[in-house]
Amino acid sequence: MADGSTIMLDTGGPYNASNKQVRSLRKLSRRRSTAAVLLCLPLLVLVIGLEVYPTFYALLLSMMNRKMTEYVGLDNFIFMISRDSFQLVVFQSCLFAVTAVIMKAFLGFILAHLMHNIRGRNQRIWRGLLLIPWVIPLALSTLTWFWLFDPSYSAFNWTLNSFGLDPIPFLGTTWNARIAVIVVNTWFGAPFFMIMYLAALKSVSEQLYEAAAIDGAGSWQKLIFITLPMMRNIIMITVLFSLIVTFADFDIVRILTNGGPQDSTHLFATYAFTVGIQSGHIPRGASVSLFMFPILATLAFFVLRDVLKRNKEIAS
Amino acid sequence: MNSATTAAPANRAKRSPSLHRQNQWALWGSYSALSVFVVIFLVPPFYMLMTSLKSSAEISAEQGSPWIVHNPTLDNFIYLITNPQFQRFFFNSVWVTLVVVILSMTIAILAAFSLSRMGFKGSQLISTGVFLTYLVPPSLLFIPLFQIVGWLGLINNTWVLVLLFPTLAVPFCTWIMIGYFSSIPKELDEAALIDGANYPQILLLIFIPVAMPGIIAATIFAFTAAWGAFLYPLAYLYSSDQAVLTVGIVRELIRGDVFAWGLIMAACVLAAAPPVIIYTFLMDYYIAGLTAGSTKG
Repeated sequence: MADGSTIMLDTGGPYNASNKQVRSLRKLSRRRSTAAVLLCLPLLVLVIGLEVYPTFYALLLSMMNRKMTEYVGLDNFIFMISRDSFQLVVFQSCLFAVTAVIMKAFLGFILAHLMHNIRGRNQRIWRGLLLIPWVIPLALSTLTWFWLFDPSYSAFNWTLNSFGLDPIPFLGTTWNARIAVIVVNTWFGAPFFMIMYLAALKSVSEQLYEAAAIDGAGSWQKLIFITLPMMRNIIMITVLFSLIVTFADFDIVRILTNGGPQDSTHLFATYAFTVGIQSGHIPRGASVSLFMFPILATLAFFVLRDVLKRNKEIAS
Repeated sequence: MNSATTAAPANRAKRSPSLHRQNQWALWGSYSALSVFVVIFLVPPFYMLMTSLKSSAEISAEQGSPWIVHNPTLDNFIYLITNPQFQRFFFNSVWVTLVVVILSMTIAILAAFSLSRMGFKGSQLISTGVFLTYLVPPSLLFIPLFQIVGWLGLINNTWVLVLLFPTLAVPFCTWIMIGYFSSIPKELDEAALIDGANYPQILLLIFIPVAMPGIIAATIFAFTAAWGAFLYPLAYLYSSDQAVLTVGIVRELIRGDVFAWGLIMAACVLAAAPPVIIYTFLMDYYIAGLTAGSTKG
């Protein structure tokens, strides 16, 4: 009740306050916290009704049979693990998320540094241009990528052809398709990393670099001993956060390959969609997406820890 | 001490021409590297725009470079704008997004005000919980939600999006708003309280005006999330009169193996226009929203 006491002090209260006044203040503060809970109520209803409850309901669903009439324990999970196509999904999801995030972080880091060298108005323009991939709705830009990769009259293959090279079936073979999916995700996500890193770079004090320069540090040493340690927290938060989003990605694979060729590019989300919604086996679909849960929960724990730590740093 | 301070400027003056030249080189290097990146990153939007200006005849002729338009035409756009089905998609997207943005911002602002200022038992826990729910991806929830939406009788009804899209926007918007509200000095609302203002007045007359940049950033975020969402409409809406732009374009304009690419790309241009226009005018708020998640709050 820190607020309450300051208000009492300000009104010249506690020394000559009668019991009645104290009681009415207490009532006021009780009424205030009722109002506070009421203001939070829509948020709580939304989060509990449409996020917390479905998560638990998914657990229940995943342990039912196809018609959702009988409880079958962990059968759905065991069935999934034993399937080759699902093992491919696990492999591809990890490959996709880890590779794409590394690429995004690396590219974003380079772009942020290049951008940081440019000051003032020009930086705004260049930054604005580079952020366009992030602004276009992902489903639509992925459709454009699909058209770029088109085998019959694709812009990429035409270009290769004009240099006298053989056309590449970009989405036709397993590894090509896997790389294509990662490339599109990198294209979409790198600008986000750039913006985050640029904000972090701007907050590093110029004096640190000057001091290092006086001590004779080269640009490589400045990077290793000043920039990276100062950006460490932001890099961690961005990478962890992006791992969650990328791991649970749906749009790109769904539109670009729809899991093909031969189910080799399915991620958890697209596979769950195929099994649960398209084939109509809802419990199995639920079990597929629940396989993500332990990984996402672990990542979320670390994101939260880093974000709270950072908030404390900013506050102090 | 004295000698050091006098020596430093002299030293700097001696070194500055070479430093200046070095910086100049770094600047040009950065510019040229960045131009390469910009060209690469803008290939898809450029190609989207180019294809949207081509007639189907030009695309099927497969003559000449596909990168440029030989006979630009606005036929695709005219066809789409006068096509009732596409008008339907656009209209659905617009009203769903508007309702979702208003709903999400109301929920987020009220909750953020309560959590950052009125502090009650467990408000810290709720703030942390809100951030955690922001990390829950829709692809984890869409299957149980399919059942829940079914009970509510909302399958294949655009209203399902009004119900579900706030889950994409509200946690992050609340998180941003808590950050902005917390940065307002406590003295401000204490002074208002002493002057006899009540909480609704404090929120409307002090907090909302002062935190306006945050509100704009959060609104842009809610808009982008609702406008571009793909999974929920794909999973729960199957007839074309209920569809929104993202699924409408992906599903309805691609019929079997016939890809009318000029038309599809024109539809993409039209659908991508609102976020891109908002972005060009409010870029700084947009970027503030992007970085707010980890630097504020």
